[in-house]
Amino acid sequence: MARASLTGTRIRERRLAIGMKQTDLARAAGISAAYVNLIEHNRRRVSENRLGVIAQALQVEAEALSEGAEGALFDGLREAAAQATGAVAGLVEGERIEEFVGRFPGWARLLSERQIHITVLERRLESLAERLSEDPFILDNLHEVLSAVTSLRSTAAILVDEPQIDDAWRDRFLNTIAQETVRLSTTAEALVGYLDTQNGEELALSSPQEQFEAWLAVRGWHLPEMEVDDPAPPDALIADAAELASGAARDLAREYLRQRRLDIDALPYADICAAVAELGADPGAIAARFGIDLPAVFRRLAGLPSGVEGLPPLGLVVCDAAGAMIFRKPAPGFGLPRFGAGCPLWPLYEALSRPMQPLRRVVDMAGRVPQRFDTYAICNSKSSGMCFDAPAHIEAMMLILPARNSASSPARAVGETCRICPRANCAARRETSLLVTPD
Amino acid sequence: MLQRNVLLIEDEPNIAEAIRFILQRRGWNVTTETDGARAVAQVDGLSPDAVILDMMLPGRSGLEILAELRARDAHVSRPVLMLTARGQERDRQAAHAAGATGFLAKPFANADLICVLDRMVPPVSAPSPE
Repeated sequence: MARASLTGTRIRERRLAIGMKQTDLARAAGISAAYVNLIEHNRRRVSENRLGVIAQALQVEAEALSEGAEGALFDGLREAAAQATGAVAGLVEGERIEEFVGRFPGWARLLSERQIHITVLERRLESLAERLSEDPFILDNLHEVLSAVTSLRSTAAILVDEPQIDDAWRDRFLNTIAQETVRLSTTAEALVGYLDTQNGEELALSSPQEQFEAWLAVRGWHLPEMEVDDPAPPDALIADAAELASGAARDLAREYLRQRRLDIDALPYADICAAVAELGADPGAIAARFGIDLPAVFRRLAGLPSGVEGLPPLGLVVCDAAGAMIFRKPAPGFGLPRFGAGCPLWPLYEALSRPMQPLRRVVDMAGRVPQRFDTYAICNSKSSGMCFDAPAHIEAMMLILPARNSASSPARAVGETCRICPRANCAARRETSLLVTPD
Repeated sequence: MLQRNVLLIEDEPNIAEAIRFILQRRGWNVTTETDGARAVAQVDGLSPDAVILDMMLPGRSGLEILAELRARDAHVSRPVLMLTARGQERDRQAAHAAGATGFLAKPFANADLICVLDRMVPPVSAPSPE
């Protein structure tokens, strides 16, 4: 059963929602009530022309009836099916998801929501595990603990196992034990204190960059107060932003607002919305239309609100010349690591080695349900003015969109980051994955 | 028994002292170095029978030092035992990839340290006088 076969269910839901009788819809569509009944129970396909007539009678767009809004529902169910293991995996009728949704919409929604919730929890667990393995304070203190324990173990073993230790050495080793005991307790207290003061969101949002990105995320990455002729100054715009807990995060926000102002001046909201509606989210075509550079177009597209006509959900990632990610707007299904570098096969890093050369690459993101994306990358100079012999100041950025022609073009297999990438035998792997069992 | 020489590159003074005590009692001649930046020069100057090298050092990491040693003809096959406070598999893999002869994760048992070193540099009896 294809996705379109749920059109009947949507027609029925819409008809009931507006209080229309089946006979009235049948009359408006020029078909019998019995035939409407068959359509509504997904037992007859609806031609494109007839769907248009029915949609008109139901006062909705035909696409709303043919495609519906169950994307997340189906994604959740497919992910649940992909995650099934052992004996259950063989029992899941993956090819009958559409039928399941059609016959048991409530159960389907419940299962899908549970799966989405599990995915969110898994992501949180991954990020916390990543945090524990990358946090410099925790790493330093764990190193201190292990050093103290090593010293204690060796010294205590000497006192117990070694025969005939003279008094001077014995006193020295006892003194060492006393010192290391103090170091151990002090370090342990510091660790406990550190973990005690951080909980929940604080633990999850520690760095200024994370605070800055959280500030944008809760606003949907769109700042309508900037899209006016005379916006308030940056300090006023961020004055009440609770997410920007640190001064460094507020500095990042100020710099972001400064750049955003320039981008808005170059490409006003009404213009880019009209361009996206006409050309789609094609950064090359939009840059050519307005004669502005690609980075500005990338940033403008990433700062538009959802719901703009022709705009798919998209992500943007920016890195500096060292490859450090300095801006991360995630695209659904395209994971961005919170710490460390991303997958070395991302076109973002390829762009770093080819400054000024726009790149377009189709990539397959690894995952339980692999997803295909169109990516656009460019590396530009950030230096202002001409200055001979100054160090190059460049940054690369990559726009991430759902693939338009998902099956046609060859795609590059990529992941989020090596640590949590399930791809075995990747030539670009720089460290062992938590998800791949070593040979 | 011929005396064996070991260079201990370790920045934690109490750990270094305990190791030195244990090894000296078993006939090793132990020289200690705390600064990673001076480690390679020390190996060049002393040509020890074995090197005990801590992974995390001030000035320079143990892996960098090991890589530089292995790049020199004089130290290509010199036994190097890596010590680390992070006994994770990826550190062990990195140490072996860089050319470590052996690997010991902290905290370790003194007996293990002695055993590993004896395997790397077996004790040799002094030739009896003719």
